[in-house]
Amino acid sequence: MSPLWMVRRIGFYVLVAVVMAFFAVPMLWLASAPFDSRPGLGLRWPDWTLDNVTATFDHPYALTSLVNSLVLCVIATVVTTVLAALAAYALSRVRIPGRDLLLYLLLLLSSVVTGTAAMVPIFVMMLQLGLINSQFGTALVIAGGMLPAAIFILKDFMDAVPRSYEESARVFGASPRQVLAHVVLPVARPGVATIFVWAFVNAWGNFLLPFLLLRDVGAQPAAVLLRTLYDEGGSANLTVIPVFSLLYSIPVVVLYLFVNRRYGFRFHGGIKS
Amino acid sequence: MAGITARGLSTVYPGGVRAVDELDLEVTDGELFALLGPSGCGKTTLLRTIAGLESASEGTVSIGSRDVTRLPPGDRRVAMVFQDYALFPHMTVAENIAYPLKVRGAARSVRDETAARTAAGLSLDGLLERRPGQLSGGQQQRAALARAVAASAEVLLLDEPLSNLDARLRLEARTFLKKLQRELALTTVFVTHDQAEALALADRIAVMDAGRIRQIGTPREVFQRPADTFVANFIGSTPMNLVPRDAEIIGVRPEYLAPAPSGLFTGTVSIVENLGVTSLVTLDCGVGYVVPEDDEPAVGTTVTVDAPPARVLRYDRETGLLVR
Amino acid sequence: MDSAGLGVRRAAAFVAPALLLIGVFLVFPALWTLYIGITNYQLTGPAAANPRVVGLDNVLNAVRDPLFTNSVWLTALFVLGSAVIGQNVLGFGLAWLLRTVRPSLRRTVEGLVLLSWILPGTVVAYLWFAVLSRDTGTLGMLLGSPQTAWLVQYPMTSLIVFNVWRGTAFSMLLYTSALAAVPPSQLETARLAGASGWQTVRDVVFPHIRGHVLTNTLLISLWTANDFTPFLLTAGGPNHQSEVLPVLIYRQALESGQLGYASAMSLLLLLGNLVIALVYLRLLRRRA
Repeated sequence: MSPLWMVRRIGFYVLVAVVMAFFAVPMLWLASAPFDSRPGLGLRWPDWTLDNVTATFDHPYALTSLVNSLVLCVIATVVTTVLAALAAYALSRVRIPGRDLLLYLLLLLSSVVTGTAAMVPIFVMMLQLGLINSQFGTALVIAGGMLPAAIFILKDFMDAVPRSYEESARVFGASPRQVLAHVVLPVARPGVATIFVWAFVNAWGNFLLPFLLLRDVGAQPAAVLLRTLYDEGGSANLTVIPVFSLLYSIPVVVLYLFVNRRYGFRFHGGIKS
Repeated sequence: MAGITARGLSTVYPGGVRAVDELDLEVTDGELFALLGPSGCGKTTLLRTIAGLESASEGTVSIGSRDVTRLPPGDRRVAMVFQDYALFPHMTVAENIAYPLKVRGAARSVRDETAARTAAGLSLDGLLERRPGQLSGGQQQRAALARAVAASAEVLLLDEPLSNLDARLRLEARTFLKKLQRELALTTVFVTHDQAEALALADRIAVMDAGRIRQIGTPREVFQRPADTFVANFIGSTPMNLVPRDAEIIGVRPEYLAPAPSGLFTGTVSIVENLGVTSLVTLDCGVGYVVPEDDEPAVGTTVTVDAPPARVLRYDRETGLLVR
Repeated sequence: MDSAGLGVRRAAAFVAPALLLIGVFLVFPALWTLYIGITNYQLTGPAAANPRVVGLDNVLNAVRDPLFTNSVWLTALFVLGSAVIGQNVLGFGLAWLLRTVRPSLRRTVEGLVLLSWILPGTVVAYLWFAVLSRDTGTLGMLLGSPQTAWLVQYPMTSLIVFNVWRGTAFSMLLYTSALAAVPPSQLETARLAGASGWQTVRDVVFPHIRGHVLTNTLLISLWTANDFTPFLLTAGGPNHQSEVLPVLIYRQALESGQLGYASAMSLLLLLGNLVIALVYLRLLRRRA
């Protein structure tokens, strides 16, 4: 235990503490402001009250928007997971020339286009299709943006399912549908679960697309409503915003805790060097 | 119950590789038949073509009197055990064993009953509720066999059935497998690269190389009279002596050679390797012979060895085929 | 190889729905961007009904537009500062340091980093208002200078720090799994040879994870370049000082209604993304 060693040890833990503070401090607001009688944009020891919660539940759109979020999110997530699983399985098993290049291009395209580069055409397209204010339409757009990455990651999981499992099932007479349902999907379940959670968190937090495509406040999800919560005076409604932020965050946090317990947040593959 | 017949069978991979090349084969009903050869010789492809997992490019495969060449694997009434056993990790042993019945839509009670009965026959009782991951290697192998048996197929195909077991367990499993096959009297084809395994287990052996069969015969025939130098080289735990002489190659197994006053080969002892109850002595002319323990000659001594005339084989130097 | 016995037709049927959705909502809009970009299409007014093809005028106007060049510069700064340097270095540092600490501490730190990644963007924006706002903001309180309105006085710096906070989790996860693949025997060899921590990283670890570094840098660069979250924090202000390209495009398209012009800028952003991707592929191939 030389002095140098001690200094390095202490330095190490100071560093870790600073990093933890950097990540933790912004989140503390989510614990204090919702229960403060005079919530503001800043951190202070709250003057405990539950009035804000009551006010939030009384807000005409708060709960509707959470339901809207759920509808949007469930459609987008289910569509993404089901279609990605089917496509990833077929791509993993049947050799198509140029498959890897195609996947790679789609992945690049998705990380580019889903952001903002294509928002004008998407807006115009949905306008002309009459799908502005359609939750289903918006969910499909979100799913379309998530699909390439979902297929890319799931294909890795599918690739890891031994071929002999399927061949074994086939020799015993299983049809392709049975092979998929009895063998491949159960074995690739961690991958499917990963994609499900990933898609849910992404869709739940997506702001830009609903903001663009859902102009009617009754159809808007929580992400959009949270941006537009103003009180009568036209300034941000700080009674409702903190509690609503907390409510809106709970599903992803719960999902995160579940995944963390069940599978651990690790890359099982998917991102290869 | 049925035999297997292949006529002019070829399996060509997309790249143009002829993994199985115009091959004829007849496996009789109830026989335990080995496909033996070095890796890449096409033995596994042949097995998979019989199963229907690869499609034949030319020729036919029949099981019994049925031509199954164009049938999908599930309709061929074959059962197969894969090298890695392919037990489904998310199902219990019982569910695995009863899987062939589940595919056919058998009732739950029938499946449970079959799983229990089959498992008992392969001394797996008590393990039915476990998952494959909780079984030892030998238990996994028996579970995979049980699943194949439960399929009540006409033909059983085994891909390297013993290669995933460690050496000690392999002997036990070998005996078990042979006993099981005799009880079921089920036409069985297994693939192996281990000549000792093929000799010990099989009723007949097909030795394969480059997609073709070099020799078919009983273990004794294949061991005593290899049809060509390739088979001669491949069979036997110590390599056969193949010594060119004039237009022929003299082939004689080290086990059949013994020191004699005069004989086939003379040379100086260069290496002595201990094989347990025997030792392998290698002479500087490249010839090896086997001596009982404690009879090893000293390195550097000159020795002449000879064999009974019936054990000395002569191969054509050009074609490598057995002359007599 | 068709071990599943799918057959080409059934395989195509499995892939088709996904490709359809991707085609309609991803590839088609991308192609359309190209077309709208050469018209004078507008959200309202006469050009909304009858857009006219104006060729490359939009692109030329954009390149000469000081707002656009300013935005390109800010985007480059944002990508370089928060992604290429910030998230990369912090992500790797965390992955490297957390290898050796107690599992409980490791889980806590990782949990915090991951939480900042998965919270919804709009919530995160409020969290950072609470950190950076004037008078009551947490940062001003901690530093004893409550008068500073960080988002107004230092908008780009604020955005960069924010994005490091927001996105480091991905790099951390990726580097953690990359580091797990470095053979321990090689690390031990370096230790036996007396290499320092930095020498070990440079000589043993880095050659192993070069591919991961490139993949990671590419992905976080693209995500950051196309990130719309800055809009939630500063909306490009004050006075265009934090107007990164996605924000500029949004404002041009939906606030000014210049759909054609905005598409031309989208096109340039797409091209920029493509260049980044090609450079990356080049580097990756050189490795192989």
